[in-house]
Amino acid sequence: MDKTATQVFGRPQSLQDRVLHYCPGCTHGIVHRLVAETIDELGVREKTVGISPVGCAVTAYNYFNCDMQQAAHGRAPAVATAIKRVLPDGVVFTYQGDGDLASIGMAEIVHAANRNEKVTVIFINNAIYGMTGGQMAPTTLPGQKTTTSPYGRDVNTMGYPIKVVELLNTLTGPAYLARVSVHDPKNVQKAKEAVRKAFEIQVAGKGFSLVEVLSTCPTNWGMSPVEALKWLEANMIPQYPLGVLRSPESKEAPNDI
Amino acid sequence: MARVDFNVERCKGCELCISACPKKIIRLSEGFNSKGYRPAEVIDQAQCIGCAFCARMCPDVVIEVYK
Repeated sequence: MDKTATQVFGRPQSLQDRVLHYCPGCTHGIVHRLVAETIDELGVREKTVGISPVGCAVTAYNYFNCDMQQAAHGRAPAVATAIKRVLPDGVVFTYQGDGDLASIGMAEIVHAANRNEKVTVIFINNAIYGMTGGQMAPTTLPGQKTTTSPYGRDVNTMGYPIKVVELLNTLTGPAYLARVSVHDPKNVQKAKEAVRKAFEIQVAGKGFSLVEVLSTCPTNWGMSPVEALKWLEANMIPQYPLGVLRSPESKEAPNDI
Repeated sequence: MARVDFNVERCKGCELCISACPKKIIRLSEGFNSKGYRPAEVIDQAQCIGCAFCARMCPDVVIEVYK
Protein backbone atom coordinates (compact mmCIF):
# COMPACT_ATOMS: atom_id res chain seq x y z
CA MET A 1 0.00 0.00 0.00
CA ASP A 2 1.27 3.41 -0.97
CA LYS A 3 2.03 5.27 2.25
CA THR A 4 2.75 8.50 0.38
CA ALA A 5 -0.84 8.78 -0.87
CA THR A 6 -2.63 11.91 0.23
CA GLN A 7 -6.12 11.93 1.62
CA VAL A 8 -8.62 13.38 -0.84
CA PHE A 9 -11.78 12.61 1.11
CA GLY A 10 -12.46 12.29 4.81
CA ARG A 11 -14.39 13.59 7.77
CA PRO A 12 -14.66 17.40 7.83
CA GLN A 13 -13.40 19.10 10.98
CA SER A 14 -16.83 20.64 11.59
CA LEU A 15 -18.41 17.20 12.01
CA GLN A 16 -17.78 15.49 15.35
CA ASP A 17 -16.16 12.06 15.26
CA ARG A 18 -19.25 10.35 16.64
CA VAL A 19 -21.67 7.60 15.57
CA LEU A 20 -24.73 9.19 13.94
CA HIS A 21 -27.92 7.79 15.44
CA TYR A 22 -29.79 7.88 12.11
CA CYS A 23 -31.16 4.70 10.53
CA PRO A 24 -28.98 2.88 7.97
CA GLY A 25 -29.05 4.73 4.64
CA CYS A 26 -30.71 7.89 6.02
CA THR A 27 -29.57 10.85 3.93
CA HIS A 28 -29.39 13.15 6.97
CA GLY A 29 -25.77 12.00 7.31
CA ILE A 30 -24.93 13.11 3.78
CA VAL A 31 -26.41 16.58 4.33
CA HIS A 32 -24.71 16.92 7.73
CA ARG A 33 -21.41 16.28 5.98
CA LEU A 34 -22.14 18.84 3.23
CA VAL A 35 -22.89 21.54 5.81
CA ALA A 36 -19.77 20.65 7.82
CA GLU A 37 -17.59 20.70 4.68
CA THR A 38 -18.96 24.14 3.82
CA ILE A 39 -18.22 25.51 7.31
CA ASP A 40 -14.68 24.15 6.99
CA GLU A 41 -14.13 25.59 3.52
CA LEU A 42 -15.36 29.06 4.48
CA GLY A 43 -13.21 28.97 7.64
CA VAL A 44 -16.09 30.18 9.83
CA ARG A 45 -16.35 27.34 12.37
CA GLU A 46 -15.35 29.50 15.33
CA LYS A 47 -18.14 31.98 14.66
CA THR A 48 -20.86 29.61 13.47
CA VAL A 49 -23.98 28.88 15.51
CA GLY A 50 -26.32 26.12 14.34
CA ILE A 51 -29.90 25.61 15.46
CA SER A 52 -31.23 22.08 15.58
CA PRO A 53 -34.94 21.34 15.14
CA VAL A 54 -37.41 18.94 16.66
CA GLY A 55 -37.46 15.70 14.71
CA CYS A 56 -34.87 13.08 13.82
CA ALA A 57 -32.19 15.78 13.54
CA VAL A 58 -32.83 17.14 17.04
CA THR A 59 -29.49 15.77 18.23
CA ALA A 60 -27.61 17.51 15.43
CA TYR A 61 -26.10 19.54 18.28
CA ASN A 62 -24.08 16.42 19.11
CA TYR A 63 -22.78 16.13 15.57
CA PHE A 64 -21.79 19.59 14.37
CA ASN A 65 -18.49 20.77 15.82
CA CYS A 66 -19.59 24.38 16.31
CA ASP A 67 -21.81 26.23 18.77
CA MET A 68 -25.32 24.81 18.67
CA GLN A 69 -28.70 25.68 20.11
CA GLN A 70 -31.90 23.64 20.04
CA ALA A 71 -35.23 25.29 19.31
CA ALA A 72 -38.84 24.49 20.18
CA HIS A 73 -40.73 22.69 17.42
CA GLY A 74 -40.65 24.80 14.25
CA ARG A 75 -39.18 27.85 15.97
CA ALA A 76 -35.61 27.53 14.70
CA PRO A 77 -35.92 30.54 12.34
CA ALA A 78 -37.08 32.71 15.26
CA VAL A 79 -34.17 31.55 17.42
CA ALA A 80 -31.80 32.10 14.48
CA THR A 81 -33.16 35.64 14.09
CA ALA A 82 -32.35 36.43 17.72
CA ILE A 83 -28.87 34.91 17.62
CA LYS A 84 -27.98 36.66 14.36
CA ARG A 85 -29.14 40.04 15.69
CA VAL A 86 -27.10 39.59 18.87
CA LEU A 87 -24.10 38.32 16.90
CA PRO A 88 -24.33 40.10 13.55
CA ASP A 89 -20.84 38.96 12.56
CA GLY A 90 -21.66 35.32 13.32
CA VAL A 91 -22.75 32.71 10.82
CA VAL A 92 -26.13 31.30 11.83
CA PHE A 93 -27.86 28.32 10.26
CA THR A 94 -30.91 26.22 11.04
CA TYR A 95 -31.26 22.57 10.11
CA GLN A 96 -34.93 21.59 9.89
CA GLY A 97 -37.09 18.78 8.59
CA ASP A 98 -40.38 19.09 6.74
CA GLY A 99 -42.58 18.32 9.74
CA ASP A 100 -40.74 20.99 11.71
CA LEU A 101 -40.43 23.70 9.05
CA ALA A 102 -43.48 23.20 6.81
CA SER A 103 -46.10 22.33 9.43
CA ILE A 104 -45.80 23.70 12.96
CA GLY A 105 -43.02 26.10 11.94
CA MET A 106 -44.64 27.54 8.80
CA ALA A 107 -45.23 30.96 10.36
CA GLU A 108 -41.64 31.30 11.57
CA ILE A 109 -40.04 30.36 8.26
CA VAL A 110 -42.31 32.60 6.18
CA HIS A 111 -41.73 35.64 8.39
CA ALA A 112 -37.98 35.07 8.78
CA ALA A 113 -37.74 34.86 4.98
CA ASN A 114 -39.97 37.90 4.56
CA ARG A 115 -37.80 39.95 6.93
CA ASN A 116 -34.80 38.77 4.90
CA GLU A 117 -32.99 37.72 8.07
CA LYS A 118 -29.35 37.12 7.27
CA VAL A 119 -29.40 33.43 8.20
CA THR A 120 -29.17 30.16 6.29
CA VAL A 121 -31.84 27.46 6.46
CA ILE A 122 -31.13 23.86 5.49
CA PHE A 123 -34.53 22.28 4.91
CA ILE A 124 -34.73 18.49 4.69
CA ASN A 125 -37.79 17.31 2.76
CA ASN A 126 -38.41 13.56 2.91
CA ALA A 127 -42.21 13.77 2.54
CA ILE A 128 -42.95 12.18 5.91
CA TYR A 129 -42.56 12.55 9.67
CA GLY A 130 -39.58 10.35 10.50
CA MET A 131 -38.99 10.40 14.25
CA THR A 132 -42.61 10.04 15.35
CA GLY A 133 -43.34 6.99 13.22
CA GLY A 134 -44.05 7.87 9.61
CA GLN A 135 -47.11 10.13 9.80
CA MET A 136 -48.29 12.26 6.87
CA ALA A 137 -46.41 15.55 6.51
CA PRO A 138 -47.46 18.70 4.62
CA THR A 139 -44.96 17.55 1.98
CA THR A 140 -46.33 14.00 1.58
CA LEU A 141 -47.04 13.23 -2.08
CA PRO A 142 -50.61 12.72 -3.39
CA GLY A 143 -51.49 9.04 -2.96
CA GLN A 144 -48.49 8.36 -0.71
CA LYS A 145 -49.25 5.91 2.08
CA THR A 146 -48.21 6.88 5.60
CA THR A 147 -49.37 5.72 9.02
CA THR A 148 -51.96 8.52 9.10
CA SER A 149 -52.92 8.21 5.42
CA PRO A 150 -53.04 4.40 5.15
CA TYR A 151 -55.02 4.51 1.89
CA GLY A 152 -52.74 7.15 0.42
CA ARG A 153 -52.92 10.95 0.72
CA ASP A 154 -56.35 11.97 -0.61
CA VAL A 155 -55.94 15.50 -1.93
CA ASN A 156 -59.68 16.17 -1.58
CA THR A 157 -59.53 15.91 2.19
CA MET A 158 -55.83 16.31 2.99
CA GLY A 159 -54.73 18.91 0.47
CA TYR A 160 -51.73 18.99 -1.82
CA PRO A 161 -48.02 18.95 -0.91
CA ILE A 162 -46.66 22.34 0.10
CA LYS A 163 -43.84 23.50 -2.17
CA VAL A 164 -41.81 25.53 0.29
CA VAL A 165 -39.29 27.18 -2.02
CA GLU A 166 -41.97 28.16 -4.54
CA LEU A 167 -44.07 29.55 -1.68
CA LEU A 168 -41.17 31.58 -0.28
CA ASN A 169 -40.31 32.75 -3.79
CA THR A 170 -43.51 34.81 -3.81
CA LEU A 171 -41.90 37.02 -1.14
CA THR A 172 -39.69 39.96 -2.05
CA GLY A 173 -37.33 39.35 0.90
CA PRO A 174 -35.24 36.21 0.41
CA ALA A 175 -31.83 36.39 -1.27
CA TYR A 176 -31.34 32.74 -2.20
CA LEU A 177 -33.79 29.86 -2.63
CA ALA A 178 -32.81 26.52 -4.12
CA ARG A 179 -33.99 22.92 -4.22
CA VAL A 180 -31.51 20.08 -4.56
CA SER A 181 -31.47 16.31 -4.08
CA VAL A 182 -28.99 13.76 -2.73
CA HIS A 183 -30.06 10.66 -4.66
CA ASP A 184 -26.78 10.13 -6.53
CA PRO A 185 -23.16 11.38 -6.38
CA LYS A 186 -23.73 14.03 -9.07
CA ASN A 187 -26.67 15.52 -7.21
CA VAL A 188 -24.81 15.34 -3.89
CA GLN A 189 -22.15 17.53 -5.53
CA LYS A 190 -24.81 19.96 -6.76
CA ALA A 191 -26.34 20.01 -3.28
CA LYS A 192 -22.93 20.88 -1.86
CA GLU A 193 -22.61 23.80 -4.27
CA ALA A 194 -26.04 25.09 -3.25
CA VAL A 195 -25.27 24.79 0.49
CA ARG A 196 -21.98 26.60 -0.04
CA LYS A 197 -23.66 29.34 -2.06
CA ALA A 198 -26.27 29.77 0.68
CA PHE A 199 -23.58 30.21 3.35
CA GLU A 200 -21.55 32.54 1.14
CA ILE A 201 -24.60 34.76 0.66
CA GLN A 202 -25.02 35.01 4.42
CA VAL A 203 -21.33 35.73 4.98
CA ALA A 204 -21.54 38.48 2.33
CA GLY A 205 -24.49 39.98 4.23
CA LYS A 206 -26.84 39.64 1.26
CA GLY A 207 -29.77 38.18 3.19
CA PHE A 208 -31.87 35.10 3.79
CA SER A 209 -30.86 31.84 2.11
CA LEU A 210 -32.68 28.51 2.11
CA VAL A 211 -31.74 25.20 0.51
CA GLU A 212 -34.42 22.49 0.34
CA VAL A 213 -32.82 19.06 0.13
CA LEU A 214 -34.94 16.17 -1.15
CA SER A 215 -34.09 13.27 1.14
CA THR A 216 -35.20 9.74 1.97
CA CYS A 217 -36.71 7.95 4.94
CA PRO A 218 -36.11 4.26 4.13
CA THR A 219 -37.51 3.11 7.48
CA ASN A 220 -40.87 4.87 7.26
CA TRP A 221 -41.19 4.53 3.50
CA GLY A 222 -40.75 0.78 3.99
CA MET A 223 -37.94 0.41 1.48
CA SER A 224 -34.26 -0.45 1.37
CA PRO A 225 -31.99 2.62 1.29
CA VAL A 226 -31.11 1.99 -2.38
CA GLU A 227 -34.79 1.56 -3.33
CA ALA A 228 -35.60 4.74 -1.42
CA LEU A 229 -33.13 6.78 -3.51
CA LYS A 230 -34.75 5.42 -6.69
CA TRP A 231 -38.22 6.22 -5.32
CA LEU A 232 -37.09 9.77 -4.56
CA GLU A 233 -35.81 10.25 -8.09
CA ALA A 234 -38.92 8.75 -9.73
CA ASN A 235 -41.61 10.28 -7.51
CA MET A 236 -40.37 13.30 -5.58
CA ILE A 237 -38.44 15.16 -8.28
CA PRO A 238 -41.47 15.40 -10.65
CA GLN A 239 -43.42 16.90 -7.73
CA TYR A 240 -40.55 19.05 -6.44
CA PRO A 241 -38.49 20.29 -9.42
CA LEU A 242 -34.81 20.91 -8.71
CA GLY A 243 -33.05 24.19 -9.31
CA VAL A 244 -32.16 27.66 -8.04
CA LEU A 245 -35.36 29.69 -7.85
CA ARG A 246 -33.84 32.83 -6.42
CA SER A 247 -30.35 34.24 -6.22
CA PRO A 248 -29.06 37.76 -5.61
CA GLU A 249 -28.48 38.03 -9.35
CA SER A 250 -32.15 37.26 -10.11
CA LYS A 251 -33.66 39.25 -7.26
CA GLU A 252 -34.89 42.04 -9.50
CA ALA A 253 -37.48 39.65 -10.93
CA PRO A 254 -38.63 37.50 -8.02
CA ASN A 255 -41.48 35.81 -9.88
CA ASP A 256 -39.53 35.06 -13.00
CA ILE A 257 -38.62 31.42 -12.29
CA MET B 1 -2.55 4.41 -6.64
CA ALA B 2 -6.00 5.21 -5.34
CA ARG B 3 -7.32 3.47 -2.28
CA VAL B 4 -10.32 3.64 0.02
CA ASP B 5 -10.36 2.91 3.75
CA PHE B 6 -13.60 1.76 5.36
CA ASN B 7 -14.16 2.31 9.07
CA VAL B 8 -16.12 -0.94 9.41
CA GLU B 9 -17.23 -0.25 12.97
CA ARG B 10 -19.14 2.84 11.76
CA CYS B 11 -20.74 1.09 8.76
CA LYS B 12 -24.47 0.28 8.94
CA GLY B 13 -24.54 -1.84 5.77
CA CYS B 14 -26.95 0.46 3.91
CA GLU B 15 -25.34 -0.38 0.52
CA LEU B 16 -25.47 3.17 -0.87
CA CYS B 17 -21.72 2.96 -1.58
CA ILE B 18 -22.25 -0.33 -3.45
CA SER B 19 -24.86 1.24 -5.74
CA ALA B 20 -22.66 4.31 -6.34
CA CYS B 21 -19.39 2.53 -7.20
CA PRO B 22 -18.74 2.75 -10.98
CA LYS B 23 -16.22 -0.13 -10.82
CA LYS B 24 -18.56 -2.41 -8.83
CA ILE B 25 -15.81 -3.41 -6.42
CA ILE B 26 -17.70 -2.98 -3.13
CA ARG B 27 -19.79 -5.66 -1.43
CA LEU B 28 -21.13 -6.43 2.02
CA SER B 29 -18.79 -8.46 4.19
CA GLU B 30 -19.65 -12.00 5.24
CA GLY B 31 -18.88 -11.06 8.84
CA PHE B 32 -20.48 -8.62 11.26
CA ASN B 33 -19.25 -5.56 13.10
CA SER B 34 -19.87 -5.06 16.82
CA LYS B 35 -23.22 -3.33 16.08
CA GLY B 36 -24.41 -6.43 14.20
CA TYR B 37 -24.25 -4.90 10.74
CA ARG B 38 -22.54 -6.52 7.77
CA PRO B 39 -20.10 -3.73 6.81
CA ALA B 40 -19.14 -2.84 3.25
CA GLU B 41 -15.75 -3.98 2.01
CA VAL B 42 -13.70 -3.58 -1.16
CA ILE B 43 -13.22 -6.73 -3.23
CA ASP B 44 -10.33 -5.49 -5.39
CA GLN B 45 -8.50 -2.40 -4.15
CA ALA B 46 -6.31 -2.33 -7.28
CA GLN B 47 -9.32 -1.45 -9.45
CA CYS B 48 -10.24 1.59 -7.34
CA ILE B 49 -10.01 4.83 -9.33
CA GLY B 50 -10.40 7.11 -6.31
CA CYS B 51 -13.56 8.81 -7.62
CA ALA B 52 -14.95 9.06 -4.06
CA PHE B 53 -18.52 8.37 -5.24
CA CYS B 54 -18.84 5.81 -2.43
CA ALA B 55 -17.64 8.34 0.15
CA ARG B 56 -19.95 11.07 -1.16
CA MET B 57 -22.98 8.78 -0.84
CA CYS B 58 -22.03 7.35 2.57
CA PRO B 59 -24.34 8.82 5.23
CA ASP B 60 -22.00 7.83 8.06
CA VAL B 61 -18.62 9.16 6.88
CA VAL B 62 -17.25 5.62 6.95
CA ILE B 63 -15.01 6.04 3.92
CA GLU B 64 -11.70 7.84 3.50
CA VAL B 65 -10.22 8.14 0.01
CA TYR B 66 -6.48 8.38 -0.74
CA LYS B 67 -4.80 9.09 -4.05
